[in-house]
Amino acid sequence: MPHARRLEEIRRLIAAHKRWDAIFGVVGVLALMLGVLTFAALFIDMALDGVPRLTGDFFTNFPSRRAGQAGILSAWVGSTLVMLVTAFVAVPLGVAAGVYLEEYAAKHWVTDVIEINITNLAGVPSIVYGLLALGLFVYQFGFGQSILSAGLTLALLILPVVIVATREAIRSIPQGIREGAYALGATQWQVCKDHIIPYSMPGILTGVIIGMARAIGETAPIITIGALTFIAFLPPAPVQAEPPFVSFDWVMSPFTVMPIQMFNWTSRPEAAFHQNAAAAGFVLVLMTLGMNAIAIWLRYRLRKRIKW
Amino acid sequence: MVAVPSQLAAAAQAKAAVKDLNFYYGSFQALKTLSMPVYEKQVTALIGPSGCGKSTFLRCFNRMHDLYPGNRYEGEIRLYPDDVNILAHAVDPIEVRMRISMVFQKPNPFPKSIYENVAYGLRVRGEGRRVTLNEKVEEALRNAALWDEVKDRLQEPAFNLSGGQQQRLCIARALATDPEILLFDEPTSALDPIATASIEELIHDLKNKVTILIVTHNMQQAARVSDYTAYMYLGELIEYGVTDEIFIKPRKKQTEDYITGRFG
Repeated sequence: MPHARRLEEIRRLIAAHKRWDAIFGVVGVLALMLGVLTFAALFIDMALDGVPRLTGDFFTNFPSRRAGQAGILSAWVGSTLVMLVTAFVAVPLGVAAGVYLEEYAAKHWVTDVIEINITNLAGVPSIVYGLLALGLFVYQFGFGQSILSAGLTLALLILPVVIVATREAIRSIPQGIREGAYALGATQWQVCKDHIIPYSMPGILTGVIIGMARAIGETAPIITIGALTFIAFLPPAPVQAEPPFVSFDWVMSPFTVMPIQMFNWTSRPEAAFHQNAAAAGFVLVLMTLGMNAIAIWLRYRLRKRIKW
Repeated sequence: MVAVPSQLAAAAQAKAAVKDLNFYYGSFQALKTLSMPVYEKQVTALIGPSGCGKSTFLRCFNRMHDLYPGNRYEGEIRLYPDDVNILAHAVDPIEVRMRISMVFQKPNPFPKSIYENVAYGLRVRGEGRRVTLNEKVEEALRNAALWDEVKDRLQEPAFNLSGGQQQRLCIARALATDPEILLFDEPTSALDPIATASIEELIHDLKNKVTILIVTHNMQQAARVSDYTAYMYLGELIEYGVTDEIFIKPRKKQTEDYITGRFG
């Protein structure tokens, strides 16, 4: 084949192949934009509707029959307290389970089955957790329709996320660190307590916060266990003036949370309530984004001290 | 059984004796009936080509293999003066590791402060008194020839140190608990020549204090730092003897070929 023709052939081939590069580039950008723009449109629409309602009163008022006076005080306090219970339950349980699976459990078929189950649990629809919680926490344990029941339900929901995050963080610790500690005569528990858990904290915290960001927006399981939609009082304060100063009565209190408050307002016919819902939604999204931001910041801060 | 020249055995006291040691990774036999002495306050080098089992052998001494499932020892490593077989099932591997320390191939400081790295072995043993810890940490760092470089920044992260300094920190960490034997698993293979020289010098100084067993793939290093050398090949101990003799006139052709660089 003459040299010039051969060269021409190669160039034609390259041009034809590069067309596919360009085509995929366009498809990829479109796919990306579809996701990003949809969220942006939703968020902006909600912001336009809701932001005018975001006054100080909106955060300090209880819900009301008059849209203009209604606020989200009971909802954000409820959400915060439920999250508090969730974190206190899910973190120790999830970390303990993850550490056990990675560091203690022998690797055989039973652990394999448990592993697969944990991954599957993360995919169970949240309403199923709600149903379980209704039977178990609300009736069987007699916790009633309380902050405690809701916190425990959401803790169950995010437990798989915490376990998986813990295991992944532990796996990123080099074997050399473990061997170094064992070589000094440390027991398994000493290695976990002094090394494995502290070094995997950044990863664990990130997982916890991402799980919490999911939990704060959960509506279905909370409705299932019977959270009220109209709450015009706050749970008893956790701190008191007289001894013993700290009270846990609030965990047994009825409550509402942000998404339920939103749901309640959206289901009303008046447009003014829809504005309230948009405003509450805007706050909820900011809360979620804020939690994710904290996760990123924490990971960055803590990772700086630990590099392998 | 490899014959040990009798005049040498008389010169130094045995700290440990390996007797017919077999080691298996699952069904694979990695060590085949090894027997040799380890003399007190002497440096014994283990040399041989990659995969000959020298690291596997070293890791038997602190029962490191117990950390992973499917590993199995046969035979004995007797530790003196109490004459206990440290491979016996009845002996807790943690007890063995408290008596015999190890320095690894890659420096592996904990992501903690310089001070806490050295103090960790003592903390594991329940030592909490500040004064004792301070004293022991300083002594270990001095013995590891690192004190002058780090005395003003003991609270800084250990990762801020250079590779050679990190390895000396790991040596200090291993020394802080007064081990009876110090194991080195190719301690300089991740280091530059200057850091290597300082570690070798350190090993030379340390042998007054502690019995040393060192794995190295660098024959010059073995010749420089050790008193006794064991040459291993495919899981077997081919030759053991005084380092000078092994390097000047090895008794076996195989050893000679390896040492003169004809293979390996």
